[in-house]
Amino acid sequence: MFDYAIETQDLTVAYQGKIAIENINLKLKRASRTAIVGPNGAGKSTLIKAILSLEKRVTGQVSIEGDDSKKARQKIAYVPQKGDVNWDFPTTVLDVVIMGRYSHMGWFKRPSKEDKDIALNALKAMKMIKFKDRQISQLSGGQRQRVFLARAMAEEADIYIMDEPLQGIDIKTEALIMETIKNLQEKGKTFLIVHHNISTVPDYFDHVIMLNQTIQASGSVNDVLTEGNIKNTYYEMSDE
Amino acid sequence: MIEVLLVLLLTALSTALLGVFLVLRGQAMTTDAISHTILLGIVIAFFITNDLRSPLLIIGATLVGLITVYLIEVIGQSKLVSKDAATGLVFTSLFALAVILVSKYLDNIHLDLDIVLMGQVLFAPLNRIEILGIDLPYALWQLAIVLLINVTFVALFYKELKLSSFDPVYSIVSGFSTSIIYYSLMSLVSVTAVTAFDAVGTILVISFFTAPAATAFLLSKKLSTMIWISLMFAAINSLVGGTFGYLTDTSISGSVAVISMISFFLVFLFRKDGPILSKIHLPVP
Repeated sequence: MFDYAIETQDLTVAYQGKIAIENINLKLKRASRTAIVGPNGAGKSTLIKAILSLEKRVTGQVSIEGDDSKKARQKIAYVPQKGDVNWDFPTTVLDVVIMGRYSHMGWFKRPSKEDKDIALNALKAMKMIKFKDRQISQLSGGQRQRVFLARAMAEEADIYIMDEPLQGIDIKTEALIMETIKNLQEKGKTFLIVHHNISTVPDYFDHVIMLNQTIQASGSVNDVLTEGNIKNTYYEMSDE
Repeated sequence: MIEVLLVLLLTALSTALLGVFLVLRGQAMTTDAISHTILLGIVIAFFITNDLRSPLLIIGATLVGLITVYLIEVIGQSKLVSKDAATGLVFTSLFALAVILVSKYLDNIHLDLDIVLMGQVLFAPLNRIEILGIDLPYALWQLAIVLLINVTFVALFYKELKLSSFDPVYSIVSGFSTSIIYYSLMSLVSVTAVTAFDAVGTILVISFFTAPAATAFLLSKKLSTMIWISLMFAAINSLVGGTFGYLTDTSISGSVAVISMISFFLVFLFRKDGPILSKIHLPVP
């Protein structure tokens, strides 16, 4: 049995010779809720993309539930940044949530009745059921984020990785998303979330990774979210 | 006349089907690049076989089409120049190479430049072949096979095409390689472009690929609807445009392109919530 949901060893990623993240060693406990914080350009998105094998590593290893193959990333439900998809695409809310089931189907197969029911339940949990037939271009920012979260829930994965899910959304949606995440955590799900608002970290998370190219501090929120560490992460200039 | 219209119709249907995904991916101009550079494949294959009907021409064209897409991706991904600059660079140089070869060595044969650029669908019925006792234009057989392949491809990979066009990163994370889907799609675009080549030439084929899909995009909130509407407009544009061009003795593929633009603008103006209907307020009962 694996000890950690996600484990990385000496993970380094570079863009055209310039180091983005360096020597990242992480051990993410199962059923934990971890925030990645750090200034702009600290490599937060790069770190999660490297974990998902979306970025080439210079060195290092990633294992997900003890499995270090590329295929292991299918154990993760990924919620990208809102801007990363084509919102004018002709597709409905329910269609998008059903996409969360695709990784279970494999090539060629079409969604079944069961897949549709799982998607409908995820929409109910995100209070989006009445929008199920609406085209995605006609949703507000908060509604789009709820659709993304519903899609991730439909995947029924053990691990959720999210890139700034709370950016640019209304307070009601923020509360609903954090409540859903807490409920799923109680069911044993693990969360790794890029987060931009450091003041809400103690309310929303139990663990935190403070990143600025390298890990400045990581551990439980109570232990590491200190003024000194915040200063080190946000205000210390790196060598470059 | 009927055979000419049938050739146009099959060309329009096979291009419009793939066109849906090209328009959604914002890759209409990549198609333009492919439809030009395949000429290089055709010319090189013709040097080898000396037969304009050889299947090697299609294989050569498809290979050059894929090389085009690959070069654009490689140059674009270097992030040293933007992707549209890479497209302009690759396609003009490969096309120019083909034009040089044609004008230098193939001056006296059917591959003349006017036809390469604009196509000449009226010649299609002259080139006939008998299969299973049915005597039909060669182009018609070829296009029917291509349409069948395209329909099968979209039916089989519908889910994968949809996901990778809408959210490529999520597609990769879910285990569906976007490269496999992309290069398969672009292979079929090359094959389709080379079979459409005789009828509509390299310049106007872009209108066949994109106009019906762009029109359908204005009217659809689901992908499946967009595909059906795109095929419907492909049929209308090719039949109306083809008949118009035939009766007025003007360029037939040109007429289809003009009719395609007219139908796009009619839909653009008169669609629900469009610039005209949104201004008319009907009394609420």
